[in-house]
Amino acid sequence: MTLADAPLPPPVDAPGRAGIPYQDLIRPLQVHGSLYTDPAIFADELAKIWYRTWVYVGHVSEIAEPNDYVRKNIGPQDVVMTRDAAGEVHLLLNRCAHRGNLVCEADSGNSSSFRCPYHGWTYRNTGEMVGYPLVQGYGGKKQFSLGLGRVPRVAVYQGFVFGSFAEEGPTLREHLGEAAGEIDRLVRLSPEGEIQISAGWLKHRARANWKLLAENETDGYHPQFVHSSIFTVAQSGIGALYGDRSTAVTRALGNGHSENDLRPEFRRIGAPLGWFGTTEARMPDYAAKMRSLHGAAAEEILIDGGPHVMIFPNLFIAEIQMFAIQPLAANLTVQHVTAVQLKGAPDMNRRMLQQCVGSVGPAGLLLADDTEMYERNQAGVAELRPEWLDVRRGAHREYVDERGLTVGGATDETGMRGFWAHYKQLMTEGRAS
Amino acid sequence: MTSTVTSTVTSTAATGSVRTPDIRDIEQFLYREARFADEHDYDAWESLWTDDALYWVPAGADDSDPMTQMSVIHDNRNRISTRLKQLKTGRRHAQIPMSRLRRVVSNVEIIGTDGAETTVEANFVLVESRERGRELWAGRYTYRLRLVDGELRLAYKKVALVDNARVLPTLAFLI
Repeated sequence: MTLADAPLPPPVDAPGRAGIPYQDLIRPLQVHGSLYTDPAIFADELAKIWYRTWVYVGHVSEIAEPNDYVRKNIGPQDVVMTRDAAGEVHLLLNRCAHRGNLVCEADSGNSSSFRCPYHGWTYRNTGEMVGYPLVQGYGGKKQFSLGLGRVPRVAVYQGFVFGSFAEEGPTLREHLGEAAGEIDRLVRLSPEGEIQISAGWLKHRARANWKLLAENETDGYHPQFVHSSIFTVAQSGIGALYGDRSTAVTRALGNGHSENDLRPEFRRIGAPLGWFGTTEARMPDYAAKMRSLHGAAAEEILIDGGPHVMIFPNLFIAEIQMFAIQPLAANLTVQHVTAVQLKGAPDMNRRMLQQCVGSVGPAGLLLADDTEMYERNQAGVAELRPEWLDVRRGAHREYVDERGLTVGGATDETGMRGFWAHYKQLMTEGRAS
Repeated sequence: MTSTVTSTVTSTAATGSVRTPDIRDIEQFLYREARFADEHDYDAWESLWTDDALYWVPAGADDSDPMTQMSVIHDNRNRISTRLKQLKTGRRHAQIPMSRLRRVVSNVEIIGTDGAETTVEANFVLVESRERGRELWAGRYTYRLRLVDGELRLAYKKVALVDNARVLPTLAFLI
């Protein structure tokens, strides 16, 4: 065994600030403001969430060919996602084992190895050491083998690559649980059953805590306020999906995942591709492919559309676009966002990209306003009183469905309560009680 | 305010022929466009555009393909209008209050002329001030200017941000 295979020091056990009373800071219907502002809590979250649970890192289509690589991240960690010559995916930490320099400066590329520019130590794209120059200084070749750090567990679901810094723990499939079906719903929209992440990513800064973003993603209460400007001028039907009379629901999917399930509204309206603001007549090639592939089942797929799901802690799929949330500090987060592209659906892809570009990112007709709210929220939550944030909306009317999942109304905070229940579990488990 | 100044390029009434805009005409047009944007004079800014306009802020690289790659902004004429209407609702939160803006447009070069259209490039530096901070924006503009009924109009504006491959703050004003 080389050192490349040795486990990283387990950051899971990093203490953060001893004695943060998460069990008191997170109540069933309230959460404490310090959870968004305290740097010690942020450090604790890195250890107990980001460097431990499954975190979305990238998609296999971003490293489609052998020896492709792309730079990604897990929180503040700079992670190089590689595909080796045999096709296996690796997540390597961008740090030379010699002096800690970055070994990969390019955003993406194709290479079977990484050579540190500082003193020339070289690594395979699997993380193993190839060698070091001027070998006499080490008493000859291959006197030792220091590899790149690696994310010890890498797992792929439907092309989505996740990494976990914990050597052991729930499998990715266990972590995803009921959310896996929402990823299935997304890839099912492709006539070839695969999505592609090929459009590049916008990187949008939010001077706000990452949890404000994660909570907002399936908050059906805010759209009619935050987005009323664009709903009005674009005569969008999105606002009505999140109205008081909407039949859509918010569902806590377990493990902190949540969704706005808009299918009840789309089915009530019953228009194929209505979810995408278009019609079958305007996407004839795509609709024909889907109908020939799925037969009678195509009608439902075309009516239901894509998922609107937040996968804890950092992947948000919003029908036609995908966000990866990257926390950098208690008050700093980057939203990475790209258009979903469906393999085998060029007509859909053109429209998906242009719609997505209009909606998201720094100038997005939707996301600029969400981000404004995140930043105002971060400023507001630093005020000393009233200390608590309220997450009670809809608690009195939620119910448990046939899958055993908690369901609330379209505008209810059911998803947030699910997020916090899981957060509390992660932040408190393993500590002596 | 001087927004009533038009960009009519001198023509001879006798022949109706219009002379090619010179660098001074072009600079004056660019400065006016910049001032309308800085001062959030949305109607005046919109009136500069042709009907087939394209307003583009690439992401990731200066020349990424906007038909296959994400852009920060990729507005056809219709979406320019939507963007401005949204700003005018008074509920575009990312511009409440509006950013205080001033930009310098410089290094103006005429790159080429093709029929009635002139391609111009220029550098810019822009300071944005908002409650929660100040941002520095910089980059290179590419404009395609067209004479329409003797007046210069904007058919195309590309904004190649020097930071377009980096993390960007919200950009809800007109850049």
